[in-house]
Amino acid sequence: MALENPNTVSPKDRDDAPWQHDKKKGELEHIGKPIRKVDARSKVSGLTQFADDLTMPRMLHMKLLRSTMAHAELAHIDTSKAAALPGVKGILTGKDMPTPFGILPVSQDEHALCPDHVRFVGDPIVAIAATEEETAWDACRLVEVDYRELRTIGSIQEAAANDEPRLHDYGVRGNVHRLENLEFGDLEDGFKRADHIREDTFWFEGNTHLPMEQHASLAHFDKDGKLTIWSSTQTPHYLHRALARVLHPLPANRIRVIATPNGGGFGGKSDPFNHEICAAKMSMLTGRPVKVALTREEVFWCHRGRHPVLMRSKIGVSKTGRITALDFHSFLDGGAYGSYGTASTFYTGALQTVTYAVENYHFRGARFFTNKAPCGPKRGHGTVQPRFAMEVQLDKVACDLNIDPAKLRLDNLAPRESVTANYLRIGSMGLAACIEKVVEGSGWNERRGKKEVTKEGRIRGLGIACSSYLSGAGLPIYWNGMPHSGVQLQLDRSGLCTVFCGSTDIGQGSDSVLGWIVGEVLGINPLDIKVVTADTDLTPVDLGSYSSRVTVMTGNAAMQAAERARDIVAKGVAKKLEIPAVRVVFAEGRVFDAEDPDTGMTFQEAVGVAEAQVGTIGTVGSYTPPKSAAKFRGGGVGPSPSYSYSATVVEVEVDPETGIYSVPKVWMAHDIGRALNAAVAMGQIEGSIYMGLGEAMMEEMAYRDRSHKGKRVFLHKIPSMLEYKSPSALEMPDCVTYVVEEPDKNGPFGAKEVGQGPLLPIMPAVANAVFDAVGVRVDENPISFEKVFAAIQAKNEGKDPRYGPAGDETGIPDVNFGESLKIKTPWQGGDGTAWNEPKRTKKAKK
Amino acid sequence: MLRLPPFTYHTPKNAVDAVRIAKEYGREAMYVAGGTDLYPNMKRRHQTPAQVISLRDVPELHSMEVLEDGRLQIGAMVTLTTLEFYPHLKAHYAGFAHAVREISTPLLRNMGTIGGNLLLDTRCSYYDQSHEWRESIDFCMKSKADAICWVAPGSPRCWAVQSSDSVPIICAMEAEIELAGVDGMRTIKGDDLYQDDGIQYLTKKPEELLTKITLPAPGNWKASYLKLRRRDTYDFPVLGVGACLWFAADGTIEKANVRLGGAGSYAMPATKTEELLVGKKLTDELIAEAGAAAMKPARTMDNTDLDVYWRKKVAPIYVARALKACR
Amino acid sequence: MTEPNKVLATFQVNGEPHEVAFVPHKTLLEVLREEMTLTGTKHGCELGECGTCTVQVDGTPVLSCLVLAVDAVGKNVQTVEGLACGSDLAPLQDCMADLGAAQCGYCTPGILMAADALLKDNVRPTRDEIKEALAGNLCRCTGYLKIFEAIELAAARMRGEDAEPSKESIYGS
Ligand SMILES: Cc1cc2nc3c(=O)[nH]c(=O)nc-3n(C[C@H](O)[C@H](O)[C@H](O)COP(=O)(O)OP(=O)(O)OC[C@H]3O[C@@H](n4cnc5c(N)ncnc54)[C@H](O)[C@@H]3O)c2cc1C
Ligand code: SF4
Ligand code: FES
Ligand code: FES
Repeated sequence: MALENPNTVSPKDRDDAPWQHDKKKGELEHIGKPIRKVDARSKVSGLTQFADDLTMPRMLHMKLLRSTMAHAELAHIDTSKAAALPGVKGILTGKDMPTPFGILPVSQDEHALCPDHVRFVGDPIVAIAATEEETAWDACRLVEVDYRELRTIGSIQEAAANDEPRLHDYGVRGNVHRLENLEFGDLEDGFKRADHIREDTFWFEGNTHLPMEQHASLAHFDKDGKLTIWSSTQTPHYLHRALARVLHPLPANRIRVIATPNGGGFGGKSDPFNHEICAAKMSMLTGRPVKVALTREEVFWCHRGRHPVLMRSKIGVSKTGRITALDFHSFLDGGAYGSYGTASTFYTGALQTVTYAVENYHFRGARFFTNKAPCGPKRGHGTVQPRFAMEVQLDKVACDLNIDPAKLRLDNLAPRESVTANYLRIGSMGLAACIEKVVEGSGWNERRGKKEVTKEGRIRGLGIACSSYLSGAGLPIYWNGMPHSGVQLQLDRSGLCTVFCGSTDIGQGSDSVLGWIVGEVLGINPLDIKVVTADTDLTPVDLGSYSSRVTVMTGNAAMQAAERARDIVAKGVAKKLEIPAVRVVFAEGRVFDAEDPDTGMTFQEAVGVAEAQVGTIGTVGSYTPPKSAAKFRGGGVGPSPSYSYSATVVEVEVDPETGIYSVPKVWMAHDIGRALNAAVAMGQIEGSIYMGLGEAMMEEMAYRDRSHKGKRVFLHKIPSMLEYKSPSALEMPDCVTYVVEEPDKNGPFGAKEVGQGPLLPIMPAVANAVFDAVGVRVDENPISFEKVFAAIQAKNEGKDPRYGPAGDETGIPDVNFGESLKIKTPWQGGDGTAWNEPKRTKKAKK
Repeated sequence: MLRLPPFTYHTPKNAVDAVRIAKEYGREAMYVAGGTDLYPNMKRRHQTPAQVISLRDVPELHSMEVLEDGRLQIGAMVTLTTLEFYPHLKAHYAGFAHAVREISTPLLRNMGTIGGNLLLDTRCSYYDQSHEWRESIDFCMKSKADAICWVAPGSPRCWAVQSSDSVPIICAMEAEIELAGVDGMRTIKGDDLYQDDGIQYLTKKPEELLTKITLPAPGNWKASYLKLRRRDTYDFPVLGVGACLWFAADGTIEKANVRLGGAGSYAMPATKTEELLVGKKLTDELIAEAGAAAMKPARTMDNTDLDVYWRKKVAPIYVARALKACR
Repeated sequence: MTEPNKVLATFQVNGEPHEVAFVPHKTLLEVLREEMTLTGTKHGCELGECGTCTVQVDGTPVLSCLVLAVDAVGKNVQTVEGLACGSDLAPLQDCMADLGAAQCGYCTPGILMAADALLKDNVRPTRDEIKEALAGNLCRCTGYLKIFEAIELAAARMRGEDAEPSKESIYGS
């Protein structure tokens, strides 16, 4: 495909181009081109080996028996009948793996099998391995478990009101896991200076990743005492750490984690999971390879998806709509375990300031433990829910002030190359261009507010919203001073370049990113490069495929390794050609003299020349993100090397009689710094739009909550592919996508994140479009038909034309956040520290 | 992976043998047609028949013909895809063809049969769950006779929902069903195949084989089907309105049948609506009035997708729209 | 319950005979993946709810998780492994690869089998016909658009047209 990328500013044309690029080369050779992904052929041939596609001789199949109670103590477990079933080869219970684990050092609160306390329907209790999967399942049915029921904590409100029984013996108090209270600037003054203030309450229901592939692992403890596990994980490094912890005294250097290609992750395979640890332990117990392949229902029990969040937002604006103060509360329903929850809590308050300049900002966040499948990171981690609140609220502000919502946003944009109130460092910022593109493309100015009626009697509406997202988190999950990403590169005299990296391809194309970058630097075809990834024995550590960190972090590490290799080869070639090394160019598979391109050699010959001079050629590269400007506690969540930006306009058609609506068209502009690969970037953007629409229109982690004869039944209502609704091919709208390239100096070739950001604005844009069409507000996500209908009914009856949570004490739990951590903003002369830090009260009382 | 429980597989070569085997094994045996309802249910351990009798090799169930009097006779094993693309159906039975097209997904329609669709098990979100899920609620009456009904805990009966898309419209059209039993064949009206119970939702004997369905000859009637669900594919109806109106030459309605699927354990007649229609012309006002009268019979329960009250409130709107489509 | 006896049967898969012994309650999905090691066919629910297990039986796309293996004996079973011709990808595969229509690639085999069946019937499918043909295959990565475009491109190329993807679909508008 020899199409030219019309968006790309050629590095030749821009002297100030911030991206690293060998200017001698002129045009970029591979970056930005729609080259196939390195694994594209195997994927379309069905040859990609996912975890459940692997088998080994003498392999056993493992099943987990899971809790049927939402909250209980385990009085007694009898596995004798199961053990007697022919074919059963191994049984594990909680006492076999007493060490707790968890993704964050501050919440090591999970067990591979619950020893004495189950916290949600689906918590694992017993693992059984047998020669056939059916036998293991039958054996699980023979286990007798005596539960002592505990009171169920089913919601944020229940968790806030009931300190007992506690789900965990750590946290702030009772069932409050975290409380955060950060104040930037002078709120009182900000509100005093506001001409208009409004307060709104929003609810964002939880939803899940629903990857098409169900989690699976194959573990093998070999006769040399080494353990290998192949697993569908996004974070092999973190799984490695968890295994080393729980399987102690097995040394970490005897554990090998190989992440198989993920059949979709979206954040759902980022935690170390109990089934992975059980499979490993079971293999050690039985001396045989052990496979565990979860059912769809079990994937719902693993969850770690979007937190349900209740939000209260008070905003102050000037007459012209400039934000003077924002006071934001979030209450997160964390489910049964910590997972990434501490980070999730901070994320609900982190990125509001990265899109719009907020002069004074107060954030309070609380996370609670409840008897549900644990929540964690899903695409857009923690920033999605507050984005919904903010973008809907801004729409209301625009309406109150009679300002065009697009203009209101343009007027409030956070400046590029600036530091926000909460000390996030913004680099390149292309949101203005994004807004302009979607406004123009959608005919926003002409079509908004027109309430066109379709021939089916549906009313059209347009809604706008924006967002930003991180290009990787500034801090690692556990505190350490080591790089976030490492790449090792080897050049062989055959001309082969092999790239080793711990990153994991979850479908986003991270393996290909390595190939494109190294190929560009060395001037060789990316498809000729061998990429070896996600194997803790072979590849240097990369923290994993989460927080959109791969492009920037792994990309920069690959860049460094490739440049070092280029320099070695260039030196060798320079010597041979008797020219200065700076004149050596790498392009089109050749290495040659910039001033006399015919003088040179093939890349293969060049490697040979260099190898003869310096010996075997291998280089390494690594990446650690720049130091954060935030020095207060909690400032570690939010900083990122760069931020991507998106703006969207969504069109809806609402049936005013029923509340049923459809989304026929979406315009999306995404500032990604630079597209490393055009087609892949487009795919990521379209995938985000899709997932956002699913969240907006239908996806939710609904729970059944019933009581009968004193027993409370509390469990996921619909853990199936059919009843957890996700959009099909028929629901996908036409999309007009604009790729905006505002290169960022921190990214390889200027690239920023692509793939999470464009999900965020979809939900608020749908809500805003529904308002444009039928004049009602749905302050809840998903914006399901019933809610639109209820709001329309309220409107018809002359009541508040709104559907959403109550803003008074009936809706908002009474939580004492304690004293805030007070931080002066940069424009108040602050230095990123909190002036009252030592006094920070850790245990706020109710 | 979810797997089927073990069973013995029979492939009788004619209807008589099929019925004989079914009778012989009694409660242990079940027929299977396309398997798109039965096999998922067996994987969830709703049913674990030790004997599964496949109808794939019974030739008389695969036929489809227009009878001399113009009626259309469809064999039970005709797949939904075959029906969907059968030109005669599109031309003369547009409402029914539409209902067929609305069933599940194209892949499932390649496998599922009309017979299986007519006999589709009733559904309930407390029931259509894995064995493990149901263990967590101590099961319910439809799985275990001594358990409660979670939808209506005080109720002595099961309220699982009639969820087939073809049933409301074939009942409204007064199609006929042919059954083969140990004592030979019998033909009944569509309505008479079903009863108001989530467990015993069929009136036929377990060993009775559904062989054919006969649609009335085209004439002075028009039928329509309107389905409510979240997505335009996959989803079962949470409301399915089947309507059939017979018109006199001047447009006066002579007879009206309106059935509500997804709103009870059988395709419930909207009697009041029907009464309002007969003897009148199908004006906009009449449609609105007749639609509104359907609110009451829509007995929605909290055991399907989408909000129970909303479903009840939109029922009149859907009935009105289905009636409009009969114009 | 005692396990029923295994049956021995020969399957025609991708034009090749495969002789396997299996218990009669095994689905085609299980036999393909576990007895014939044809793991290209995926599974995401085993209940007919996702489409990842789609294969063709006598040219018709069906869900292998709900087809008994015994019912496929004597029929022509086509799986993703049989699409490519030697080491050449089929046009449909080529277009999917070029456009990045396979992201994680997990839904891809099922989608390829459904789309391949469509293109055999219909050399010039409209966008709506493509959507309808894929209405039983969920994909969580791509948002389907690149898949639709790849099918359109493949259809054009299979008709002998010298088709290229549109600029908008690769670089945006
Ligand atoms: C994901 C999914 C979505 C679906 N969506 C819909 C939907 O939207 N609308 C809808 O109506 N259905 C839906 N279905 C259900 C099902 O696919 C269809 O109803 C299909 O038509 C059933 O036909 P079958 O041949 O596969 O039935 P089978 O599963 O073979 O049989 C169904 C029942 O009928 C009995 N049976 C079958 N044939 C006969 C006969 N000739 N005589 C006596 N007994 C017989 C069987 O013993 C069994 O109890 C869906 C199914 C799935 C898995
Ligand atoms: S209606 Fe009641 S008895 Fe029937 S399936 Fe549902 S919960 Fe069970
Ligand atoms: S595995 Fe999901 S439809 Fe077959
Ligand atoms: S490409 Fe991942 S599910 Fe379709």
